[in-house]
Amino acid sequence: MTARPMGDLHERHDYLAWGGLHRFRQRIARPFFIDELPPILAARGNQSLLGSGCRRSYGDSGLNADNILIDMRGLDHLLAFDPTNGIVEAEAGLTLANILALARLSQNGAGQWFLPATPGTKFVTLGGAIANDVHGKNHHAAGCFGNHVLSLRLMRSDGTVLTCSPQENAELFKATIGGLGLTGLILSARFALKNVPGLWMEQENIRFATLDEFYVLAEKSYGWEYTVAWVDCFAPRQQLGRGVFTRARHVAAPANKRSNAPASKQLLTIPAALPNFILNTTTMKAFNTYLWYRASTKPTAEIVPFEKVLYPLDSIAHWNRIYGRRGFFQHQCVVPTAYAKEAMRSLLTEIRSAGLGSFLAVLKTFGDRPSPGMLSFPMEGTTLALDFPNTGAPTLALLDRLDDICTNAGGRVYAAKDGRIPARKFQQGYPAWKEFLPHVDPAFSSSFWRRVSAVSETGKAA
Amino acid sequence: MNIVIFGATSAIAQAVARLYAKDGANFFLVARKGDRLNTVASDLRARGAQCVTTQTADLTDRAGHAQLVALTASTLGTIDRVLLAYGTLGDQRAGETNSALMEREIHTNFLSVASLLTELANVMEPVGAGNIAVIGSVAGDRGRQSNYIYGSAKAGLAAFTLGLRHRLAPRGVSVTLVKPGFVDTPMTEAIAKRGPLWAAPDRVARDIRRGLDHGVAVIYTPWFWRWIMLIVCAVPDAIFRRIRL
Ligand SMILES: Cc1cc2nc3c(=O)[nH]c(=O)nc-3n(C[C@H](O)[C@H](O)[C@H](O)COP(=O)(O)OP(=O)(O)OC[C@H]3O[C@@H](n4cnc5c(N)ncnc54)[C@H](O)[C@@H]3O)c2cc1C
Ligand SMILES: NC(=O)c1ccc[n+]([C@@H]2O[C@H](COP(=O)([O-])OP(=O)(O)OC[C@H]3O[C@@H](n4cnc5c(N)ncnc54)[C@H](OP(=O)(O)O)[C@@H]3O)[C@@H](O)[C@H]2O)c1
Repeated sequence: MTARPMGDLHERHDYLAWGGLHRFRQRIARPFFIDELPPILAARGNQSLLGSGCRRSYGDSGLNADNILIDMRGLDHLLAFDPTNGIVEAEAGLTLANILALARLSQNGAGQWFLPATPGTKFVTLGGAIANDVHGKNHHAAGCFGNHVLSLRLMRSDGTVLTCSPQENAELFKATIGGLGLTGLILSARFALKNVPGLWMEQENIRFATLDEFYVLAEKSYGWEYTVAWVDCFAPRQQLGRGVFTRARHVAAPANKRSNAPASKQLLTIPAALPNFILNTTTMKAFNTYLWYRASTKPTAEIVPFEKVLYPLDSIAHWNRIYGRRGFFQHQCVVPTAYAKEAMRSLLTEIRSAGLGSFLAVLKTFGDRPSPGMLSFPMEGTTLALDFPNTGAPTLALLDRLDDICTNAGGRVYAAKDGRIPARKFQQGYPAWKEFLPHVDPAFSSSFWRRVSAVSETGKAA
Repeated sequence: MNIVIFGATSAIAQAVARLYAKDGANFFLVARKGDRLNTVASDLRARGAQCVTTQTADLTDRAGHAQLVALTASTLGTIDRVLLAYGTLGDQRAGETNSALMEREIHTNFLSVASLLTELANVMEPVGAGNIAVIGSVAGDRGRQSNYIYGSAKAGLAAFTLGLRHRLAPRGVSVTLVKPGFVDTPMTEAIAKRGPLWAAPDRVARDIRRGLDHGVAVIYTPWFWRWIMLIVCAVPDAIFRRIRL
């Protein structure tokens, strides 16, 4: 046992992304204070660098095979909190769960401070939320997380620290939001919380039998702050796109409940990867059919703690282990409104006929608020998120066809969920990638980036 | 509530401080590195601390201890809680071949802490109130080949702390010895950390706060280390010699 010298790097094989598909050898640095970063940058030799958060991204966009990963979770200091205006400044390793806990304590006169946008898990870091410009179930109302970032501090590989905001270094700001960690290390950020009446939510669940019905519900629910739908990928052909639509909004604590919704407890931990056979088409189909029949045919309304609506999966720690050691793929794409309905139908049909199913399929409409980042994923339209156990070639072939359907309809695939998209399709989906290129720090890279930024001899994407 | 922390940039100390910050405590923070102290101070302020004062000091400098403790007392007025958290986990092998290194390790982890405790006791005893916690280690329970230099310093600290507790108890000042097991902090960064024995600083911090507030004599954290160490200490020497621990 020895104390740790500054700039120390450890070779590790167990830094996996959430999907568990890529098992890379990486050298890991784990700073706890910002002054530890320059020695790490200096120790990189000829290896490239990449910041890392909670590794809740599914594929290889947060990984850097045979190179260096800087685990930023130790940099978790709050730098300032203004409870009057709801402005937080914090180091990049602080998690949204930490921020929620803090906001929970700060009653602000009429209501409560809350995250302006949040992904479906609260175990992500501020840096990760910015680098993927994450979106939540309120995208149609609030845009992306990056829409609420006021400024950030970025460390480049030469050690310079730049403040970036819409006013200062504006181009670098736009490149860093949704910039997949490639523009340098996000040290800290300032962002605005939003005011809500309380930590409870009024939630309605409405069963729908077809894709058309989904769109009617989405249209009618525009005034609800949060909307999302689960779709049954195993439905019979005539009920293609059936599912349950959920809409919710913040409300004050009901009279019979405590004013602060109780922090949700971890119900269950999956201790180790389960055997691969646990999730197969039969069990997935049974589960989805159960969800469909369990849902009431009549709309139901209830008042529940916000965690139940926003973070249903967080109550099971390491739920990704149910997929076993082979890991799993996520596929999330968005298609612009004009082609969305047709594309969703094709996607669901394709999945049905492949017979591979998706354990959980999530459908949501994005709003028209322009995304702040050059490579931000959301655009006005419909997004479909799917996950597939890794069965090798058949799964890859299906994902390839799903890519085609979405890119041909003018859409794109979400990098946070991807681990295999070819360069050509990435570049087609993100035409701004060329404009983004000059902002990439020359010493930063990722496994994902080496793949999708490859250009073939002919000058076309590989 | 007024709290003094020596080694305030330690991961465990920060986790404890955050628990008190929530309740609006006042802090006097001491550590070696000024910029890190400033970061910790703003973190605690943003989490609800009232008044946070920082002071840089190399705590191995025994000559400065009396003045430092006097400054603490004059800044805070009354001292309600004290946490001594600093320490080093030196290179055991290097210390075996270089007695100067060995001595430095014992100086930092035992002598300097004993000196600080002496100054603190003399300020707090007349007031007749306040709770002190000292972070020792399970490594002090039985000397092992892999880290007996560090372990012996922590063992000395344990005897010192309990003796001081004995002395101060009638005067209304309590002294607590904290014995953490494996905690995932910068100190243990060089060790591959896997398995159920490793605890997060937050987990340990909750135990420390409880023990400190209630003036408990000895706390093992997480709790199961009490039983692990009971067994480790019970293993007869003839067998112990053959295990590489
Ligand atoms: C159950 C679940 C539900 C999810 N739901 C949603 C959802 O609804 N909407 C959504 O948008 N996403 C969703 N996600 C994806 C997740 O929000 C993103 O992948 C998020 O970026 C993860 O943050 P992280 O801290 O884990 O970062 P990581 O996954 O570790 O890294 C993400 C990216 O950020 C970069 N990065 C991390 N820290 C820094 C830093 N300090 N400086 C520079 N770059 C950095 C990395 O290089 C990488 O490119 C979900 C994920 C899970 C597991
Ligand atoms: N982590 C474990 O597994 C474990 C187990 C049992 C006991 N402990 C004990 O827990 C305590 C806290 O350690 P930790 O795990 O939180 O590790 P840590 O984060 O590395 O903290 C150690 C702290 O000690 C400070 N320090 C060292 N020498 C100092 C000096 N001469 N003057 C002032 N400050 C000095 C360091 O400050 P600088 O930044 O200035 O170096 C650092 O903040 C230590 O006493 C340790 O022995 C830890």
